Amino acid sequence: MARAHVYKRDHVNTDEIIPARYLNTDDTAELARHCMEDLDTNFVKKCKPGDVIVCGDDFGCGSSREHAVWSIQGAKVGAVIAHSFARIFYRNCIDCGFYPIELEGALDKINDGDELEIDYEAGVIDNKTQKKKIKFKALPDFALEIIHDGGLLNHIKNKK
Amino acid sequence: MSGMTITEKILARAGGKKAVQPGDLVNAQIDMIMCHDVTTPPAISMLKEKGIDKVFDREKIVVTPDHFQPAKDIKSAELHKRLDTWAKAHKLPHYYQLGRAGVCHALLPEQGHIRPGEVIVGGDSHTCTYGAFGAFSTGIGSTDLAAAIATGVLWFKVPASMRFTLKGSLRRGVYSKDIILEVIRRIGTDGALYKAMEFVGPTLKELSMEARMTITNMAIEAGGKNGIIGFDATTKAYLEGRLKGKTDYTVVESDKDAKYVHEDTIDCATLEPIVAFPHLPSNGKPIGECKGLRMDQAYIGSCTNGRIEDLRIAARIIKGKEVAIRTIIVPATPEIWKQTIDEGLAEIFYNSGCVVSAPTCGACLGGFMGILAEGERCVSTTNRNFVGRMGHPKSEVYLANPAVAAATAVEGVLTDPRKYL
Ligand code: SF4
Repeated sequence: MARAHVYKRDHVNTDEIIPARYLNTDDTAELARHCMEDLDTNFVKKCKPGDVIVCGDDFGCGSSREHAVWSIQGAKVGAVIAHSFARIFYRNCIDCGFYPIELEGALDKINDGDELEIDYEAGVIDNKTQKKKIKFKALPDFALEIIHDGGLLNHIKNKK
Repeated sequence: MSGMTITEKILARAGGKKAVQPGDLVNAQIDMIMCHDVTTPPAISMLKEKGIDKVFDREKIVVTPDHFQPAKDIKSAELHKRLDTWAKAHKLPHYYQLGRAGVCHALLPEQGHIRPGEVIVGGDSHTCTYGAFGAFSTGIGSTDLAAAIATGVLWFKVPASMRFTLKGSLRRGVYSKDIILEVIRRIGTDGALYKAMEFVGPTLKELSMEARMTITNMAIEAGGKNGIIGFDATTKAYLEGRLKGKTDYTVVESDKDAKYVHEDTIDCATLEPIVAFPHLPSNGKPIGECKGLRMDQAYIGSCTNGRIEDLRIAARIIKGKEVAIRTIIVPATPEIWKQTIDEGLAEIFYNSGCVVSAPTCGACLGGFMGILAEGERCVSTTNRNFVGRMGHPKSEVYLANPAVAAATAVEGVLTDPRKYL
């Protein structure tokens, strides 16, 4: 089961998710080792495969570096749930086949350490710890198609 | 149906539609793609891996290494090598290498690759800079970049537009940097999330293309999808004799009855020099409230304020004085670098004890050439002051106009530049 790592923060930026000092590589395994490093140096140690990051407004603001998404995917983070996302990061997630979950009041509904189960088809987060089911806003159909295909480039290939 | 904004018109044209509204999806034909050394090598690898290693139009791609240019270590040298091999394999005509490479958002307009009315994308968030030319221009990640390079088409959701009216003349010591820092201070770093930021009003007439680019450059710092300024005589004069390849372009204007979701007026005549405190560009304070704070470094450069105009402002203040802190001057392109020498600015900087570097993004993103140690503070003409942006996670960046940065270099503490002007 996925555990929530909650950061009560708005505007978590791409420099915090993956600092520029690591941008001299695009190797996912290397990027994964530094995921969220400037926000929480222990994150990579704490994060088990499938775990979930929960934040407030404007997650992923700043640079267009897709390295931020790759480091999160590489660290085997299951999902990012945020009140809102910065535009380029949001788009990069979809392009990489990673579902960004927009959830109003995310920080009020999920506590650090809560056990979560996410049903993407139904758009429901089951907060097992708090015994509450939370609905989230589903992505538009075209974005779902891209995610289903495993990202934009597969999607383009499939269409041909 | 109501009128359309300039952004809506450009996206409608590029998507082959007569009219669009905010929220509509368009498949837009891309007119120009900017490629640099951090986000393009991964895009190239993706295209190879998927077996679609082609470019849709060689004329519509501009390539320059800039972030770690010249290569700062082995890993970045390898990124440059991948970029170089690809650019040569596809015989890309607009590949700026060696001594022609420069900070992308200063280089492309200067070298005549930006035309009004076009759709421009780049693998960099500050691609919104080119909106100063009345173009729709926005930053994308590597996957979108790969798709754009191979197909020349990308989907966009048409953004709603915000309109900022700039009136009044800027006072001495106040520059376009202060206008955009004021806008971001008012609306916050996500105040323009998913939206277009359109700048209009009489003050624009007094601003050069360089000064206008400083404004559109920072649209992303308010979360904007693009920043845009309409075409006028200043735009026309800048483009004359400069455009490479296609020299014709279509001028697009917002309709009188276009719809805006937010309207604001900035009285530029009342602005003071503004310093944005760590760790958000929206933390702007007038210089009067913050002068005297000790700094360890001054950085004058980047795609925001590394153009010749900025270096002239800095040189005027620094001339004949010894700087009190490490002062790093980074002309953004080779042409600006040459002007810095030809106009005698380099000598002024040398005499005052500044470091003048080659064109590079360098320390702006914490790459190299001016990295901060733990606890250090830097006054910087760049656009971002996030945690760890220029070095150690416990270092601090204070964003300011070039005059504030130069005056602070001289005194070693945040300084109101007006006494030197
Ligand atoms: S100068 Fe700074 S903000 Fe501009 S493109 Fe380079 S790293 Fe990005």
